[in-house]
Amino acid sequence: MTSLLMIVLTAALINNVVLNQFLGLCSFLGVSKATKTAASLGGAVIFVVTVASGVANLLYTFVLEPLALEYLQTIVFILVIAALVQVVEMFLKNSAPALHAALGIYLPLITTNCCVLGVALTNVTNEYGFFESILAGFGTAVGYTIAIVLMAGIRERVEENEYIPQCFKGAPVVLLIAALMAIAFAGFANLNV
Amino acid sequence: MNKYTERIHNGIVTENPTFIMMLGMCPTFAVTTSAINGFGMGVSTLVVLILANWMISLVRKVIPDQVRLPAYIVIVASLVTVVQLLIQAYIPFLYDALGIYIPLIVVNCIILGRAEAYASKNPPVLSIFDGLGMGLGFTIALTLIGLVREVLGNGTAFGVQVMPPFYQPIGIIVKAPGAFLILALIIAIMNAAHVETHANEKVEGCDGCCATCAQSSGCVSPEKKEGDKV
Repeated sequence: MTSLLMIVLTAALINNVVLNQFLGLCSFLGVSKATKTAASLGGAVIFVVTVASGVANLLYTFVLEPLALEYLQTIVFILVIAALVQVVEMFLKNSAPALHAALGIYLPLITTNCCVLGVALTNVTNEYGFFESILAGFGTAVGYTIAIVLMAGIRERVEENEYIPQCFKGAPVVLLIAALMAIAFAGFANLNV
Repeated sequence: MNKYTERIHNGIVTENPTFIMMLGMCPTFAVTTSAINGFGMGVSTLVVLILANWMISLVRKVIPDQVRLPAYIVIVASLVTVVQLLIQAYIPFLYDALGIYIPLIVVNCIILGRAEAYASKNPPVLSIFDGLGMGLGFTIALTLIGLVREVLGNGTAFGVQVMPPFYQPIGIIVKAPGAFLILALIIAIMNAAHVETHANEKVEGCDGCCATCAQSSGCVSPEKKEGDKV
C-alpha cells in the first residue's frame, strides 16, 4: 500500500513531469493564460494519461513481450495514444456531452503532448505492473495539472504588472516563473513517505 | 546563393528552430545539462529530420491527405527507433545520458512541423537540405545552450575544465530550474536586441506546435498557420 502511494506521490510532486522532467512543456507554456482553461486541459490530461498508461501496459505485457517485439514500443505506443484519443473523444461526445464540451478542443491536443508517450515509456523502464502503471500515469497527470493550474494562477496576476521590463514581457517572465516553481518543487525531493 | 544553400541558411539563421521558431522546447530544456549531451541530442534529431524529410517527400504524392499525419508519425517513429537502437549499440554513454528523450524525438514538433510545412510540398533533394539546415540550426542551438549551462554550472566545457580554480560553479544552472532561467535570459536578450522571435505569439488553445495544431479542429488550418510562419 505504502509503495503504491509512494508511486503516486513521486510521480506527482517529487518527479514532477513538467518542472523536473520537462515533458508537456509546449502546452504548459502555451495553455496557461487562464486558470479555467488550464484546469480543463489538466482534466483531459489526467483522463487520457491514466487510460493510456493502462492500455500501453497491457499491450506491452500481452503482445510485445510474448512476440519479442519490445523494440517496436515507440511506434506502437504513439499509434495507440493517437487512436485512444480519437476513441475517447467519440465516446465522450456520445455518452457525456457535458464533459466533452468542457474538454472540447483540448482532447486532440493531447496526442502530441509528450508527457503521454513519456509516461508510457517510463512505466516500461521501471518495469511497473498494470496497477502500478495506472497509478504512475494518474500521479504524473495530477502533477501536470497542479503545475499548469499554479502557473496559470501566477500568470493571471503577473501579466497585469507594469513594472516588468519591456524585454522580459511575455515568454521570458513565464520562464522565470517556471524556474522559481521548479526551485520550489525541488523541495519535495526530501519528502519521505 | 542557390536554393540548396538557401535552405541551410534558412534553418541555421532565418528560421532557427530553437531561437526564432521556439519549437521542440522539451528536449532543449531537458538534455542541455552539458555541451556534449546537447550536441548528441542535436545530431540524433538531425539524422531523423533528414531521413524523415526525404522519405515523406518521396511518398508525398501517394499518401491520401486525410491520413497524412498518422502516416508521417509512423515514418518518424520507425526512424527514431532505428536511431535509438544505433545509439544504444554504439554510443552507450549518450544513450544513458539522453535516456527517455531519444524515443521522445517522435513527438518533437520540429520533425512533424517540417514534414507538414516543407517535405509534403517539395521535392526530395530540397527536403533533405531543409532537414539538414533545420537539424544544424537545432544542433548549434542545443550545443550553445549546453555549453553555457556547463560552463556556469560545472566550470567545464565538453568535459574539460575551463573556469579558473577559484570559480565556484553555480550548481542550480545544470539542474531543472537552471534550464528555465537560461532560456528566459536568452529570450529576454533577444527581445532587447529586437530580434523577431515567435516566443510571444503563441495562440491560446494551440500550443505553438505545428503537429498539435494540424490535428486540432479548434485551431486555424495548418496550411494557413504555416503560411504565416514560412
